[in-house]
Amino acid sequence: MPSSTPRSGTDPTGGWRRFREEHAWQIREFFFTLHLLRRNPSAVAGFVIICSMVFLALAAPWVAPYDPIRISLSERLSPPSWHHLFGTDELGRDLFSRVLYGARISLRIGLLVVGIAGGLGTILGAVAGYVGGKTDDVIMRCLDIVLSFPSLVLAMALAAALGPSLRNAILAVAFVMIPKFARLVRGEALAVRERPFIAAAKVSGASHTWIVFHHVIPNCLSSVIVLGTLVVGETILIASSLSFIGLGAQPPTPEWGAMISVGRKFLMDQWWYATFPGLFILVTVIGFNIFGDALRDVLDPRIRR
Amino acid sequence: MDEGVVIRAEGLRKYFPAGASGLWGRRKAFLRAVDGVSFHVREGETLGLVGESGCGKSTVGMLLLGLHRPDAGRVLYRGEDILALEGEAKRRMRRNIQVVFQDPQSSLDPRMLVKKAVGFPLEVNGLARGAEVTRRVEAMLAEVGLRPEHMYRYPHEFSGGQRQRINIARALITGPRFVVFDEPTSALDVSVQAQILNLVKDLQKRRGYSYLFISHDLSVIRHVSHRVAVMYLGRIVETAPRGDLFQTPRHPYTRALMAAVPKPDPARRQPLALLPGDVPSPVHIPPGCRFHPRCPEVMDVCRETEPAPVEVGPDHVVACHLWHGTGFDARRRSA
Amino acid sequence: MNGDLLHIQDLSVRFFTYQGVVRALEGVHLAVRRGEILGLVGETGCGKSVLARSILRLIADPPGRIMGGRILFKGRDMLTLPMKEMRRIRGNDISMIFQEPMTSLNPVFTVGNQMEEVVRLHQKVSRKAARRICVEMLEQVRMPDPESVLRKYPHELSGGMRQRVMIAMELSCRPDLLIADEPTTALDVTVQAQVLHILNELTRARGTSVLFITHDLGVVAHLCDRVAVMYAGKIVETAPVDALFRSPGHPYTRGLLAAVPSVDEDREVLASIPGVVPGLIDPPAGCRFHPRCPAARKECEHLEPAGVEVGKDHWVFCHAGRGKVKGER
Ligand SMILES: Nc1ncnc2c1ncn2[C@@H]1O[C@H](COP(=O)(O)OP(=O)(O)OP(=O)(O)O)[C@@H](O)[C@H]1O
Ligand SMILES: Nc1ncnc2c1ncn2[C@@H]1O[C@H](COP(=O)(O)OP(=O)(O)OP(=O)(O)O)[C@@H](O)[C@H]1O
Ligand code: SF4
Ligand SMILES: [Mg+2]
Ligand SMILES: [Mg+2]
Repeated sequence: MPSSTPRSGTDPTGGWRRFREEHAWQIREFFFTLHLLRRNPSAVAGFVIICSMVFLALAAPWVAPYDPIRISLSERLSPPSWHHLFGTDELGRDLFSRVLYGARISLRIGLLVVGIAGGLGTILGAVAGYVGGKTDDVIMRCLDIVLSFPSLVLAMALAAALGPSLRNAILAVAFVMIPKFARLVRGEALAVRERPFIAAAKVSGASHTWIVFHHVIPNCLSSVIVLGTLVVGETILIASSLSFIGLGAQPPTPEWGAMISVGRKFLMDQWWYATFPGLFILVTVIGFNIFGDALRDVLDPRIRR
Repeated sequence: MDEGVVIRAEGLRKYFPAGASGLWGRRKAFLRAVDGVSFHVREGETLGLVGESGCGKSTVGMLLLGLHRPDAGRVLYRGEDILALEGEAKRRMRRNIQVVFQDPQSSLDPRMLVKKAVGFPLEVNGLARGAEVTRRVEAMLAEVGLRPEHMYRYPHEFSGGQRQRINIARALITGPRFVVFDEPTSALDVSVQAQILNLVKDLQKRRGYSYLFISHDLSVIRHVSHRVAVMYLGRIVETAPRGDLFQTPRHPYTRALMAAVPKPDPARRQPLALLPGDVPSPVHIPPGCRFHPRCPEVMDVCRETEPAPVEVGPDHVVACHLWHGTGFDARRRSA
Repeated sequence: MNGDLLHIQDLSVRFFTYQGVVRALEGVHLAVRRGEILGLVGETGCGKSVLARSILRLIADPPGRIMGGRILFKGRDMLTLPMKEMRRIRGNDISMIFQEPMTSLNPVFTVGNQMEEVVRLHQKVSRKAARRICVEMLEQVRMPDPESVLRKYPHELSGGMRQRVMIAMELSCRPDLLIADEPTTALDVTVQAQVLHILNELTRARGTSVLFITHDLGVVAHLCDRVAVMYAGKIVETAPVDALFRSPGHPYTRGLLAAVPSVDEDREVLASIPGVVPGLIDPPAGCRFHPRCPAARKECEHLEPAGVEVGKDHWVFCHAGRGKVKGER
């Protein structure tokens, strides 16, 4: 039986060396991208923010001083102190711990939504742009309808129709985000379609499906990554808004939007309740946005060469 | 009659919509890119197709490759009408007819490893898989003068000439019989062009491929072709064996074309032929002979009647009124 | 020396990029004499355009920088001139035509608008008079129906017509030197023939010197008086055009001449120069051609060849230069 990778030896370092040889270009490009990003202050700022958020989210179980859903009625609504950095809520739960765990939830929502919407949107857009004609019209008109509503309003309507839960909120937001990816990829696919290597692939007998997956989508990937970064920020904002009006995460889940929603009632006297989750939303969204923008600049081929 | 003919094109015609003209855009205008083109290519032969930019050379190639559907005409591969084929039969047929495009860079996907860029035709056609693909890619690369380790690189890491070698490898890996070269060296430097031209000729000698070699460069055409077809505004105006065409060009356009090429030899410096005006747009093709507004030998009949192709020598066909009439007349004029 | 209009001495230009330092020009010497057409030939990326642009100080800095050398135009060093003076020279004394005229014509104005503007920049005349001058200019480049051309937008003209408009515009201020960077590369042969004819006629009649950049040896043989051959950022040979084609001195020039297919004769196999043009980030030491050179010797690998005069006005920068050529004669 022929092995599909005859050249890879059993020696693990040999495998790594070969990987490095085969992917020398990607590795070089990667470091070049890093180099460009390092010279771009907003990219560095965004990157630091995103990394801290990811770190806090991953490390929440170890960093958080308290269980985020442990109720301690004796300490309810206490202001920030050394015991409770961000104070406590109306049930005496430690807000600092809840905000940290909230990062886990928000980032997970962001990644899931970008995964679902990015995946589906890319495929739809690639097919629409590559095939063109009627298929393109049908797909894009349907997506235009989705786009013609403000994202938040549509997500609210969908989430309400599906029933309030975190899972449904994710599905609703993902649905709303699909057209963004699809439009972007369609535009790129339209350009890729005209490149001679597509004609060469057709002449060599490649099917349309093969061409979409092996030529069109790989060539759109870098813009999808940029958009994905921007969409993570937007998603976090919309998902928090849904939770804020009770259509997303349900109590006692420590979701930022949901926390603000309750904290709003105490805003006059207990400012810290709504402020800290709000601050985290703000910082995270800004982090993803400025990093996404910088990434767009850096990956722009006109700037690179 | 079709013994030894690989490809025969009959009356190929391709019009592109060119916006609307006339008041309110009622009258549809057409760009007549290819307007009744017939030719054949024999086994192991190179037919050179030469003409100025926009005369429809690439479109002819696209029609043979099935990348455009002709509005009229047929393409026969060894006597079989390839446009009538469907499904699996069509795919199998397509393997026999391959292409190398002008721009070596954009004919390669920048995000595809050379190994895949050369080997994928084997996989998508179900001809080989796994280690067999690697082996055959390696062999193919060796054939076009690249080394095995080049398999694991990306196109932009190569020079233009090497990239064109990769394209040639991709075109030849499924074992086609007929290859369309669409200006394969126009984007290359002279010293590299020579390497590629030698490679192309050498492959033909060893493997017996048949070529349609498209170029706007007469010297390149002379170098690679066995027979040459000269195209002007969507039509072939003259076809002849290479020697005949370059020694005794018959059509006024062919003559003008040859006399417009500056020769790399200052000792034989002479004024270049100056044709009046520019090539007309293929949307507004002149009536009669389409060359007549620029033709130095234009006659009254040229302005009204389109000249039919006439045979003026063995295998030498010209579409020009100068060569109509008696054979004697024709011979006298050429003398 | 006194006949020199432009004298480039020891010019070096580098580009500082992430990938490394591109040594685009290194120690280039070149002179353009009064009234001559000098051809500059070489393959893609050898630095022809960089040379042309450095004469007018049009190198973007960063990434580019002129590292050293002098560019004497009528005896004055252009590299030390103040920018204001430089701009005056650009408009009046030296003109430039590019390969793709679209890049120098503004797509949103008609040809007439742009030509009039150029005319009125140099001469104080009314719009109407300017229009008349434009028509005359177009007639000089044999443009059919100049009036209607003036009303058109650049994209409505064919490549050959655009190039003729550019020639008309650039020659209108009667420059002493015209730099033409591959002006016919994008054109068809029959149109190229027209453009070459016009360029030749007009510049000869006015005694304008031309630096004509091309990679087409046929065009050089047809048009030029003298030729400079460039390889990988250096001039390797300069010669009167007849001498260059009759007895090329540098192995690279010989390879180049042997590699061109000919319209006049059948060659079974073309002689090709082995290998590829080296990158300019890390060019070979010594003679930059030595890795591909059939005549390379030991000293070629580390020693830069100096210029050898192998014939009248015929300079070769090659260690093997002198002996070989003499032997062949
Ligand atoms: N897909 C298309 N849609 C509309 N017009 C087209 C299309 N393809 C080609 N044309 C037009 O058809 C004519 C012939 O084009 P073609 O590319 O065949 O010319 P060519 O002889 O190959 O020229 P070149 O030497 O510039 O490659 C041109 O006028 C071109 O603008
Ligand atoms: N702005 C730039 N940044 C970096 N490198 C540059 C830049 N401009 C030119 N170069 C490099 O300088 C070298 C010479 O380029 P140049 O454009 O002069 O070549 P050329 O001889 O005109 O080629 P062609 O025949 O293709 O026009 C090339 O290797 C090129 O990569
Ligand atoms: S038919 Fe008439 S116009 Fe056409 S090429 Fe012949 S002589 Fe010229
Ligand atoms: Mg073409
Ligand atoms: Mg250039």
